Amino acid sequence: MAQQVKPSEIKVPPLKKLTNYPEKLAPGHRLCAGCGASIIIRQMYMVASALGYELIWANATGCVEVCTTVYPYTSWKSPWIHNAFENAAATISGVEAAYKALKRKGKLPTDKKVKFVALGGDGGTYDIGFQSFSGALERGHDFIYVCYDNEAYMNTGIQRSSATPKYANTTTQPVGSESLGKPQHKKWLPEVAAAHEIPYVAQVSPSHWKDLMEKFKKALLTEGPSFINAFTVCPRGWRTKEEEGMKVARLAVETNYWPLFEVENGKWRITHRPKNPKPLEEYLKIQGRFKHLFKPENQDKIKELQEEVNRRWEWLNKMEELTNREE
Amino acid sequence: MRPELIKEVTYVPYSGNMAAAEAMRQINPDVVAAYPITPQTELMQFFADFVANGLVDTEYIPVESEHSAMSACVGAAAAGSRAMTATAGPGLAYMWEVLGIASGMRLPIVMTVVNRALSAPINIHGDQSDMMGARDQGWIMLFSENAEEQYDNLVQAFKIAEDERTRLPVMVGMDGFVISHAIERVRLLPDKAVEEFVGEPKVMYPLLDVDNPVTHGPVAMTDSYMEFKRQQREAMMEAYKVIREVGQQFEEAFGKKYEHVETYMIDDADYVLIIIGSTAGTAKYVINKLRKEKGIKVGLIKIRTYRPFPYYDVMDALEASNAKAVGVFDRAETFGAVGGPLYSDIATAMYLRGKTYPMVSFIYGLGGRDTNVHHIEEAVDKVMAKAAGKEVPLINYLNLNE
Repeated sequence: MAQQVKPSEIKVPPLKKLTNYPEKLAPGHRLCAGCGASIIIRQMYMVASALGYELIWANATGCVEVCTTVYPYTSWKSPWIHNAFENAAATISGVEAAYKALKRKGKLPTDKKVKFVALGGDGGTYDIGFQSFSGALERGHDFIYVCYDNEAYMNTGIQRSSATPKYANTTTQPVGSESLGKPQHKKWLPEVAAAHEIPYVAQVSPSHWKDLMEKFKKALLTEGPSFINAFTVCPRGWRTKEEEGMKVARLAVETNYWPLFEVENGKWRITHRPKNPKPLEEYLKIQGRFKHLFKPENQDKIKELQEEVNRRWEWLNKMEELTNREE
Repeated sequence: MRPELIKEVTYVPYSGNMAAAEAMRQINPDVVAAYPITPQTELMQFFADFVANGLVDTEYIPVESEHSAMSACVGAAAAGSRAMTATAGPGLAYMWEVLGIASGMRLPIVMTVVNRALSAPINIHGDQSDMMGARDQGWIMLFSENAEEQYDNLVQAFKIAEDERTRLPVMVGMDGFVISHAIERVRLLPDKAVEEFVGEPKVMYPLLDVDNPVTHGPVAMTDSYMEFKRQQREAMMEAYKVIREVGQQFEEAFGKKYEHVETYMIDDADYVLIIIGSTAGTAKYVINKLRKEKGIKVGLIKIRTYRPFPYYDVMDALEASNAKAVGVFDRAETFGAVGGPLYSDIATAMYLRGKTYPMVSFIYGLGGRDTNVHHIEEAVDKVMAKAAGKEVPLINYLNLNE
């Protein structure tokens, strides 16, 4: 899918036009009220429609898969396949290879612009699907891997994953008299993806939808593998208010907990710099999963998490500086 | 255009791996996703050479594991392409989850399994524990006695898998090393003839048809899951007919008979051996020897189709013989059950027909343990003793150090 036009010359249309594209994720699916995942998928669809792409999906087992395809119904107006929990990337590898083979044999229409998307939660991507994910990136298939990261196994009831942040309360590492929740920090998967030296890696949040769409556009226009890590609010798992999803997402970005950045051909770039970053505490205090940190005896833990956010932010800035230095 | 290499029927000295790779070249699948594992590695290397030299049009995915190999085959087959792979022992075990997905999604994938022992202890040599461990995962299962059969079975496999009545994946097993690595005479068919026999892929509900989007692999709750499984059973029953039909078509085209079971010297046999795979070849030699030297009338039933299991064919063959006792050979263990898996199937066949024969179970060749002429002669002795009403252990290990 080589393109003649530079990505910067292809514009995502204004919101008014975007909302006129037909919905490709049909309503009636069973995702929870306030779930971030369907919002992200719809934002991606808008860009794809605007650019004239048909998306072909491979979906890992998880919330989205379970809630959108309860037989005999489906929400997907695009070709869509679910194989298992840990193999969305391998599955899309097979679909993409079949596309190449059949295209070469002249068995597919040549006028269609299609893009392959693997979609998985953090469990299916950071954890059990990690090998399949890494393998597909390394082989260089022409696809976008989108992780809707809601920071635990939410489909099955809030079990911890390697994407769960430190001190979050989960059902498999619960808060108790001897426990403050998860003892480890979150794995930074975008860095791991970038270490594969794939053409495009980005981190997005649906609260900053223009940024998300711009990045999904770049991924669509990229030949080869892209990885997009999407902040996905989970009201059930995080104990947040259903109607406050975008507020939580915005705070994640404005506190630098969830920095918006991209890695384009090895160059790191922060795409949104909060003018006056808010204290992490503001992000933590509206989520039940961090409630225990607000007990007087745990105040130092909030400080610790703030320090980690600062450290990561500094590190990102250094990466940006290092990789964009003029030789 | 890939070059035509074999223009007429040719006899070559080939290993099983070479023969299987040659069949794959001639089938020219759209996608091959594979991961190397002993003793299948050589097969993958031969095929990779074909890819590297433009002898196939295949999109080849050298995946990072067997789990991903089968996962990619599922994606490729659902996409509407013809997908193949090959594996062995632990690789098949690692694929186990996705095997059931391939059959549950009714995807006509074809795979060679170079039969290898499962760990622990780790062992790279031949036995059939791998396929026997996967036998309830909904795949059609064929076994080959030698390299040429592996080739012929692969040539037939897509016609079986893609038939509208079946739409099920097919695995074809050959014993590790004894078939996969031993060089023997193999009859190769002309490229064009194979291409014509296999035909164009029969594609159903391809994922790549963006104008008619389909959802593959949805969630089936308690209200529908069982119906899917019932349909799979139905498809497997149909496969019994389809395998036979394709075998007949193969015979018409290439003059070699393929049925669910092969019988050898069965009509007047007093003692019948039932075997899967390469050891059937050794048994044929022993049968000739015993008949000639001692006048002992032994016959053989070789199982080619293991799933769907050919109950009728086995019983028809037994009833056509004079069998006084039967020896069932299993190259796999079923710990805690009576005999091996084949023994259980044969017992079921007898029950279904309402006719039982005295049976002796032999466990042989685990982890590549040699099973030679003497061991099969020992087995015949035990079957004869059983027929004579003597006490014989139910389960007997061949060539075991005790």
